[in-house]
Amino acid sequence: MQFGIFTVGDVTTDPTTGRTPTEAERIKAILTIGKHAEEVGLDVFATGEHHNPPFVPSSPTTMLGYLAAQTERIILSTATTLITTSDPVKIAEDFAMLQVIADGRVDLTLGRGNTGPVYPWFGKDIRQGIPLALENYALLRRLWDEEFVDWSGTFRTPLQGFQSTPRPLDGVPPFVWHGSIRSPEIAEQAAYYGDGFFSNHIFWPPEHTAKMIGYYRQRFEHYGHGTAAQAIVGLGGQVFMRKNSQDAVKEFRPYFDNAPVYGHGPSLEEFTAQTPLTVGSPQEVIDRTLGFRDYAGDYQRQLWLMDHAGLPLKTVLEQLDILGGEVVPVLRREFAKNRPEAVPEAPTHAALVAAARSRAEAVPAASAATEAWS
Amino acid sequence: MTTRKLAVVSAGLSQPSSTRMLADKLAAETVARLGADGIETEVQTFELRDVAQDITNNMLTGFPSARLSAVIEAVTGADGLIAVTPIFTTSYSGLFKSFFDVIDNRSLTDMPVLIGATAGTPRHSLALDYALRPMFTYLHAVVVPTGVFAASEDWGSGADQIKTLPDRIDRAAGELAGLVAHSDRSSRAQDPFALDPSFSPTGGFQTN
Repeated sequence: MQFGIFTVGDVTTDPTTGRTPTEAERIKAILTIGKHAEEVGLDVFATGEHHNPPFVPSSPTTMLGYLAAQTERIILSTATTLITTSDPVKIAEDFAMLQVIADGRVDLTLGRGNTGPVYPWFGKDIRQGIPLALENYALLRRLWDEEFVDWSGTFRTPLQGFQSTPRPLDGVPPFVWHGSIRSPEIAEQAAYYGDGFFSNHIFWPPEHTAKMIGYYRQRFEHYGHGTAAQAIVGLGGQVFMRKNSQDAVKEFRPYFDNAPVYGHGPSLEEFTAQTPLTVGSPQEVIDRTLGFRDYAGDYQRQLWLMDHAGLPLKTVLEQLDILGGEVVPVLRREFAKNRPEAVPEAPTHAALVAAARSRAEAVPAASAATEAWS
Repeated sequence: MTTRKLAVVSAGLSQPSSTRMLADKLAAETVARLGADGIETEVQTFELRDVAQDITNNMLTGFPSARLSAVIEAVTGADGLIAVTPIFTTSYSGLFKSFFDVIDNRSLTDMPVLIGATAGTPRHSLALDYALRPMFTYLHAVVVPTGVFAASEDWGSGADQIKTLPDRIDRAAGELAGLVAHSDRSSRAQDPFALDPSFSPTGGFQTN
């Protein structure tokens, strides 16, 4: 199982000091956080994609490319990459390039984006969000899986004999997760391709997440990729920890109360009860996180949102120390217990390459050659 | 005996509230009309004041609390709806609108709805037809022709002596009962994962 963090990349005033970081400070802070994630032993760092202030990560592969050079082990990912408004050709190229730079330590999570004006800014219509996600991904798949692509569709200019470059590293494209809070169409899409399904999980009640994941698992099996228990599931999470639970609550409350997403609404206590948000001791976070398995099944990837709502960099780095030092080692041990043999590990480039090789050996050479040109 | 589910939503704020009084009278008359046709009616009445904070929180967070979720489920899964609001500043109250803003905008499709409103003066009565009726029409609900407006004077002296409040309630309830009797909304299976029949996971647009 993989553990990591994801950033939304918001520039938010620290409500306790009234100080707002500059964009440059925030971007550098995100990079520092990404590097520290590896230092504390996490497996994944993922960044969001936004094209409107107060969010800064408009160019995720630039940030991840830097991190690729600065790290050695951590998987660099996204949460999410906008499959609706970005050109799938550019996504294919950007992430294949990043794959090479990062020696395969790359995957990505596709999402639609819910900021209305972003669609028209990129010449799209938010009412076409689902059809865009479906068609654009179908093209992205072909650009990675086939050498030369002839294609025409509804949402972008046609392609004749187009070859996306560079080709995926070792002939194996990055693993794809599909993220959605509440669209069964996206869970269906993930299941159809046998891709991963990532449930953001942090803003909605667990019962809802459980239904979405249950649906995805069932459809994964329906499409013949394995049993429902073998589907590839990722979950978001949101925590704030201090040694003493009361200290965590006291320190986090002003950030919660003023957070851009849920601030000025439910109380911290209500939101903690209704969603997976956990504010307390490392042990409370361990217990709550282990409980996710009760309704999501044995899963592959757990990411936490740590740097948001104006929390200062120093605090975020301390949170990562606690996460990597006290929480994740216990979770690794506990999640491994009673995990059925048949449940796959989280996908890595090495594992995907090995799987592709064993598939290629199983197929007679002649028919493989025909397939490539069909 | 056939059973139908009737949801009543009242956005009155005071206790007791004339909005709730009107809602109760509309519900009682509708139940009586259905009963006369041999139909038993289960009535669930909701005061939006009880979930006012939950409604605001839903607007801010995007999801309903368990308490609000139960109300939404009961309302959207009913065979008929009686929706009554006080008129504030020439229109439905903000709380009333907020409730219908946070529910899924497809969840009231086909819903038989009886609209009612209260205010201090009958000069606000057209708010039923320029505010409430279009809102429910937008939601693809079926609003009965008669909306019932009760001004303060309707509850005592000064009330209309020709078409009295009870007369109007009677006519509106009859219209609603006729639709509720034939509604099968409450027995329909709701599948939140149902996909459009034209759905294709690959988009279905590309040509090979």
